[in-house]
Amino acid sequence: MILLGIMIVVFGAVLICAIRAALGPTAPDRVVAVDAIGALMVASLVLLGVYYKASIYLDVALVYAFLAFLGTLAISKYLEGRGVET
Amino acid sequence: MIELVAYVLLGIGSACALIGAMGIVRFPDVYNRIHANTVVVVGGAMMLMIGSGILGGLSVFTLKALIIALFVFLTNPVSAHAIARAAHKSGVKLWQRSVVDKLKEEKPWSKP
Repeated sequence: MILLGIMIVVFGAVLICAIRAALGPTAPDRVVAVDAIGALMVASLVLLGVYYKASIYLDVALVYAFLAFLGTLAISKYLEGRGVET
Repeated sequence: MIELVAYVLLGIGSACALIGAMGIVRFPDVYNRIHANTVVVVGGAMMLMIGSGILGGLSVFTLKALIIALFVFLTNPVSAHAIARAAHKSGVKLWQRSVVDKLKEEKPWSKP
């Protein structure tokens, strides 16, 4: 029951981050918000693994964390050579 | 006893996640928002992972959750540094009331 409440709070945090990802003025704002959403998704996958008592969610969480890190690095290397855009 | 520690860690993690998300929405600048992003990831997600790893019973589950937490803890500063450098290099303006910009004094390529 406490675990369900914590999941609802994390989902609220994801929704609040999605506001900034929707209306951020520049491209790095959106990248920052999507990076925070990815980290919260990894945390909620681990919480799902505790809730269902299944260990397979942790492998999914590890791969998702690695792919989110690589995606952030690739987008930031892509943004370096350009001017400021929305 | 150990469940109490796990629930305290989960409470700290969810509170930090909510506060950091409000910071991402309300801060005025890209660089301040990167600060709030670090609060979400290290204070929120990593605490949630450690707490749920303790809550799931001491087994291989705990070891896996701690490995994911260590991975997130090590890779978040790298990605935050990369985003900040890309934003500064592509010419995103600082907030008007920012005091100092050392990278602009140091590097001639930086525009803002």
